[in-house]
Amino acid sequence: MNPYRTQRIAFFLLFMANALILLLVGFVVVVIVQKGLPAITWQFLSDVPRQGMRAGGIFPAIVGTLYLVAGAIVFALPIGLLAAIYLSEYAKDNLLTRLIKLAIVNLAGVPSVVYGLFGLALFVVFFKFGASILSGSLTLGIMILPLIITASREALESVPQSFREVSLSLGASKWQTIRHIVLPNAIPGILTGTILGLGRAAGETAPILFTVAAFYLPLLPGSIFDQVMALPYHLYVISTQVPNVDEKIRYGTAFVLLALVLFMNLIAIIIRYKFRMKKKW
Amino acid sequence: MTDKIVTKDLNLWYGGFHALKDVNAAFQVNRITAIIGPSGCGKSTLLRVFNRMNDLIEGVRTGGEALIDGLDILAPDTDLVALRKKVGMVFQRPNPFPLSIYENIVFGVRIRGAKVSRSELDAIVESSLRGVLLWDDLRDMLRSPALRLSLEQRQRLCIARLLAVKPDVLLMDEPCSALDPQATARIEELMRELKHEYTIVIVTHNMQQAARVSDDTGFMLLGELIEFNRTEELFASPRDKRTEDYITGRYG
Repeated sequence: MNPYRTQRIAFFLLFMANALILLLVGFVVVVIVQKGLPAITWQFLSDVPRQGMRAGGIFPAIVGTLYLVAGAIVFALPIGLLAAIYLSEYAKDNLLTRLIKLAIVNLAGVPSVVYGLFGLALFVVFFKFGASILSGSLTLGIMILPLIITASREALESVPQSFREVSLSLGASKWQTIRHIVLPNAIPGILTGTILGLGRAAGETAPILFTVAAFYLPLLPGSIFDQVMALPYHLYVISTQVPNVDEKIRYGTAFVLLALVLFMNLIAIIIRYKFRMKKKW
Repeated sequence: MTDKIVTKDLNLWYGGFHALKDVNAAFQVNRITAIIGPSGCGKSTLLRVFNRMNDLIEGVRTGGEALIDGLDILAPDTDLVALRKKVGMVFQRPNPFPLSIYENIVFGVRIRGAKVSRSELDAIVESSLRGVLLWDDLRDMLRSPALRLSLEQRQRLCIARLLAVKPDVLLMDEPCSALDPQATARIEELMRELKHEYTIVIVTHNMQQAARVSDDTGFMLLGELIEFNRTEELFASPRDKRTEDYITGRYG
């Protein structure tokens, strides 16, 4: 076949693949915005669910999701960052290191419901934390750990080797080099990965299903050992478990969840963009 | 004349690769010693022995001795931080940190951990920049990012950053290879200034540069130091056939 023809067909297929993705995403967003936006009022955002969740607002679910996301990050960021520093700066390239890296990659591929069961077994039952913010946050934290480690490692490894050499040649210790030269230059990448992890944690249902999420709990939590409502689970409940919930409320909830996740991704994009502008080496 | 750095039967292996073979040389105080030779001859490796930068590479082994001020720096209990404070290095690519000019210069001082007052730091910045003839150009822009400077200014800044920690020895690994001829000439001029206070070892594959700037020259080939002599003599009447072939451009 004529190579130009082949090329044109290939370009067309590639373009169509992209167009299809754009179309699908656009369709989802348009439907949710169209049906959800009219539900968004101050009362919807700030009130508790009423009349068996058929009226009122979703305030407890928003608060619950924010608590869970914050808890997950408090747990996962320090551990993930330290692990990434170890892997990128200290670990020798041997069997153990390769096993750890392999484990992290595999961890990222584990279905989220498996994390849910794991959290149930370890935190809820074994450590006796019960279904609680603590259990849910830890489970979400473990789920986003591979994401944070991978993003942090990439950020650390993209800091030019010459910076490390100069720093060491000026008499800095290895730790000083990491602390004063490598980390500051890797922070934007680390932040980006962290925020993407946050978005993922905010949106997942399965990991919180058995570990924290409450079916209906209009009270705000008093401690980390309380259960909370959470947006993804609430959406599941009002869509499938409670009959006759107004479509407006369901799409309104979906809209809030989507907006929350997109907002986090937007922040990540802005940080990355600003950093690219500044980066000159 | 005083020997600053002396190597005795210095050998170095990268894994199974024998990169330095029985190198015996003496580098003298207040002189510029050039090490020349074709790519891969081991000249940069030799330079990196003197501040132990080869340690960064896994699987490096050494044999023999490398003495600085009479102390064997290859000894396992060598204090690398102290060694690298005494023996500074200028790299091939000008590589200031993505910090301000000021912060670049005081970096080495700050990481020593000792409390240094603001005015002392200011004084260090001024004297270091004066040392590389940049003070008049940069005195009003010390807070600007170092990456905004020209390549030549960056390389000078890297030298100033070194001078701030008050080394004895300056190792220069192809310091002009990223610069144009005018900038190169000015850096060479600076090296002649600096040799009055420091011991300078420069690695270069540019023979003209070695001839212009150095007092002594060593010629290396395949890990061996073939010839080491006064620069004029080495270039005027090389004793070894291989040196002669190299400086007359038969290979390299």
